[in-house]
Amino acid sequence: MLSEDDIHKVAELARLNLSEQQISELRPQLSKLIDYVAVLEEVDTDEVEPMVHAIEQTNVFRDDIRSPPLPREGALANAPKTDGKYFLVPQIIEH
Amino acid sequence: MSILSTGAGELLAQLNRGEITSVELTQACLNQISQNDMNVGAFLHIDQDYALEQAKAVDNKRAAGESVGPLAGIPVAVKDVVCHKGQPCTCGSKYLKDFIPPYSATSIEKLQAADAVLLGRTNMDEFAMGSSTENSAFQKTHNPWKQDYAPGGSSGGSAAAVGSRMAPLAVGSDTGGSIRQPASFCGVVGMKPTYGRVSRYGLVAFASSLDQIGPFGTDVTGTAALLQALSGHDPLDSTSINKPTPDLLADLNQPLEGLKIGVVKEFQADGIDEDVISATDEAINVYRSLGAEIKDVSLPHARYGVATYYIIAPAEASSNLSRYDGIHYGHRAEEFKDLTDMYRQTREEGFGPEVKRRIMMGTYTLSAGYIDAYYVKALKVRRLIRNDYDDAFQEVDFIASPACPTPAFKIGELINDPLAMYLSDMFTLGANLAGIPGISIPAGMSSEGLPIGLQLLGPPLEEARLLRAARMFEQATDWHQKVPELVAQ
Amino acid sequence: MDYKIVIGLEVHVQLLTQTKLFTACTTEFNPDAPNTQTQPLCIALPGTLPVLNRHAYELAVKAALGLNCSIAKFTKWDRKQYFYPDLPKGYQISQYDMPMSFDGWLEVDDADGHKKKIRILRAHLEEDAGKNIHDESGRGEDSKVDLNRAGTPLLEIVSEPDLSSAAEARQYLDELRLIMQYLEVSDCNMQEGSLRCDANVNLHIVQEDGQIAPTPLVEVKNLNSFRNVEAAIDFEVERQLEEFQLTGRKWGDPGVMKETRGFDANRGTTFAQRGKEDAADYRYFPDPDLAPVTMTDEEIDAIRKTMCELPADRRERMRTVYELSDYDREVIMNHSPQLSDYFEETAKISGDGKQAANWVTQDVLRELNDRDLAIDEFPVRPVVLGAMVKKIVDGDLTVKSGREVFAALLETGLSGNSLSPATVDQIIEEKGLAVVKDTGAIEATIKEVLSRDQNAKSVEDLKGGKQQAAGPIIGQVMKEVKGADAKMVREMILKIVQDS
Ligand SMILES: [Mg+2]
Ligand SMILES: [Zn+2]
Repeated sequence: MLSEDDIHKVAELARLNLSEQQISELRPQLSKLIDYVAVLEEVDTDEVEPMVHAIEQTNVFRDDIRSPPLPREGALANAPKTDGKYFLVPQIIEH
Repeated sequence: MSILSTGAGELLAQLNRGEITSVELTQACLNQISQNDMNVGAFLHIDQDYALEQAKAVDNKRAAGESVGPLAGIPVAVKDVVCHKGQPCTCGSKYLKDFIPPYSATSIEKLQAADAVLLGRTNMDEFAMGSSTENSAFQKTHNPWKQDYAPGGSSGGSAAAVGSRMAPLAVGSDTGGSIRQPASFCGVVGMKPTYGRVSRYGLVAFASSLDQIGPFGTDVTGTAALLQALSGHDPLDSTSINKPTPDLLADLNQPLEGLKIGVVKEFQADGIDEDVISATDEAINVYRSLGAEIKDVSLPHARYGVATYYIIAPAEASSNLSRYDGIHYGHRAEEFKDLTDMYRQTREEGFGPEVKRRIMMGTYTLSAGYIDAYYVKALKVRRLIRNDYDDAFQEVDFIASPACPTPAFKIGELINDPLAMYLSDMFTLGANLAGIPGISIPAGMSSEGLPIGLQLLGPPLEEARLLRAARMFEQATDWHQKVPELVAQ
Repeated sequence: MDYKIVIGLEVHVQLLTQTKLFTACTTEFNPDAPNTQTQPLCIALPGTLPVLNRHAYELAVKAALGLNCSIAKFTKWDRKQYFYPDLPKGYQISQYDMPMSFDGWLEVDDADGHKKKIRILRAHLEEDAGKNIHDESGRGEDSKVDLNRAGTPLLEIVSEPDLSSAAEARQYLDELRLIMQYLEVSDCNMQEGSLRCDANVNLHIVQEDGQIAPTPLVEVKNLNSFRNVEAAIDFEVERQLEEFQLTGRKWGDPGVMKETRGFDANRGTTFAQRGKEDAADYRYFPDPDLAPVTMTDEEIDAIRKTMCELPADRRERMRTVYELSDYDREVIMNHSPQLSDYFEETAKISGDGKQAANWVTQDVLRELNDRDLAIDEFPVRPVVLGAMVKKIVDGDLTVKSGREVFAALLETGLSGNSLSPATVDQIIEEKGLAVVKDTGAIEATIKEVLSRDQNAKSVEDLKGGKQQAAGPIIGQVMKEVKGADAKMVREMILKIVQDS
């Protein structure tokens, strides 16, 4: 069973504000899933290369040729908060 | 036969022969929607004027003797996960409720180039995560055959739209069975192509290495025509296959000779519905009667499929969904303490429970100390699963199985048991892990009157033959002609 | 206290591409028009996908070869995940465990003037973030985000901790910058952020028992000039010494974590930055949207063939072929590859490296600075300057007259007229600056000057062996015969006085 602390840590990494109720629901659900997927332990994969892609191709490139950017209005159109030039975010505290 | 109960392939032929106009057909679909969608809930967004405008334009083109595209005038519903410039694209999520993409997916551009009529946007599980379309932030979609049943998911809106003949064709996306399972539940044809066959550019990502766009249709011919239009190499998608797409329609009606169909020993597990077992057996008998040889094949690692999938898909999803941070587009919480809290609160409000569950699962399996035990391990088992399929296809042309272990389940039945819900993908998700094509075709009815789908899986890039095999079955049976009551005969 | 300084540098260099690493959006530096250089991918709009810029990859290979790195035969792309407003995807596409190049080195001179190899652990390609602009009012107003820069290709070059002084760090950076510039991989313009540096610094303190105590590791972030790198290192050395004396805390002690510090250029001090809460867990995993890259030996060789000479080789050639002083050579080479080319052409045409170097390092550089010109814009091209210097070398023009010719050439060129070697002859002719080689005429003039009353005293002194008395006489002779060689005139005066 995942501990409450585990859940808090993961939620913080994932940037989710989970309520105590959500945490108490998620704990058993995630624990059950984690237990379930642990079945993979029984597979011998010592000599197996991880498979990242469903089809294996390499060297997919594009040429270094420009195409037009979005107009600024288009770039900002869906943003929750802008000043018409920039995306605005709550103050970033760096030090 | 009414215009609505006519198969998509036949409708395309009638449009081409000028026996019906696109405006007539589009209007018939719009009428069907306005009469029934309050009960089905297939669509999230319909723009009648826009649909009719496109239809008129195609009719005018035809009338002027101009050349028209291969889908000229046929209405296509699109899952609300494919970006269409200037149209809403919610992905069934509160986070993207007001999002209007400033660009179009390659698929949308291809449909437009084929002169299809883009009819409207269909409901889905939020970010395509789910198997019942109950995880939409906006509405539930009901199974057109029995409205207290789920249409399947995550492309439940597209499947229900085609199943209730609100659209002859629809576009969906399939990450672990999200086209084939709802196709099976709604009694329509649904296909997941080879990974890379259809561009993912503009498809809002759930799990990038598993996602594929694919067609739904009321028949195999229409489904093939739609897949043909969607397919092809796209320089905007690095995972797009750089090979020409074969002509999927040329030999479609030509039965395959010397066909070998595999039945997977490992799929004959407990928990499979009796009606599904007998429908599948009968369907296999149909192939046998058509001259196919039926062989047992083994997929030794199939039993690890669900576990492998439910590590890889949430891991990729947790990363793909990091962009929903309340800054560049979409929802932002109104109340928060500081920047970090803005992220947390925005995502808390913007995402539904299933999405959060998968983000949590994926974040956990990628986190320090766990990534090797879970994520990397799953990638290795994934290769073994792929190898199993490669081996099997040395023996047989296709693998036949039920699309799902059960017919449609009731709305609300599995929603609180994620693992049980995930297990309903057990027959479909192998194709996504292996990257191979699969199709679900109507192949029976349960005792309760719910459709049952047969799934055929093929080797990579073998869509043309897979569709021919499906067409053989369709020509020999009439399951695809059955329509739910809400389709006026 | 006896101690050793241990420094490793992480340098981010922006590659000279037209477009971003994964989309066809322009990379032009344009901070004054925020958010005008974005495409759907730069904003991380849902559904967008990356496609690798071939030119960026080739430039990276070239740069890595220049840093003596091995090139990976197989490399892949990984997602580095963290939340930050200038990172719209919530992850940066970078390279984690299989970088595109590794195991390189650069040479610096150590404190004793010996060559010292600084090992390079790896160099990998990644995308840049956008830019956050903070509210300076102190009222805690919103920060602003500009995504123009988001997705620009960067090469991250990570050294081993082989540097042991601020001076070595400076040399390493100078050399690295030269290599990037000579290979035309990056302009390394620090004002525009196309070269940025993080320094990892700690001390190995020798304790009384002979044991080495390493101080806690500090990473000083975002040093935006080489001078700041030196200053930050110097400051850290003092600060870490003091802290160690106070606390005795060592790297490796329980609870001791790597500290991230910023640098205050005005005060010359570093300051603690609030650590990102989960900085340690980036959850790297391979990017499923991107295909791996493979390179064969043939492909690597093909790129190697496109490389020009590296600074180290050029330096050696400058020394042996043109016999330049260390000083002149460094002035020319550190200025730019373009100036080095300019010099070499001038030297070849004039046939005298030292003379050419004098003109380039003094006259040409002075004019470039005064007029704020780039060497490519300088109107006196090497073919013209070389022709002029050759005249000096051949004794057809004095250095002094050369200055006049040079000024005239520059003026002519700046006013839009084209220059050629013939222009040099023309100016010499017009101004009558040709060296007079007619010794008869000079001799006559000397005799005339010596006979002047005003010079009687000087002639007396000269006869008495006071050679410096020749000065004023030389001046007068030179006035009469323009273009005479002063040295020759002097010798002739001495001879005439002695013979008389
Ligand atoms: Mg974002
Ligand atoms: Zn970096």
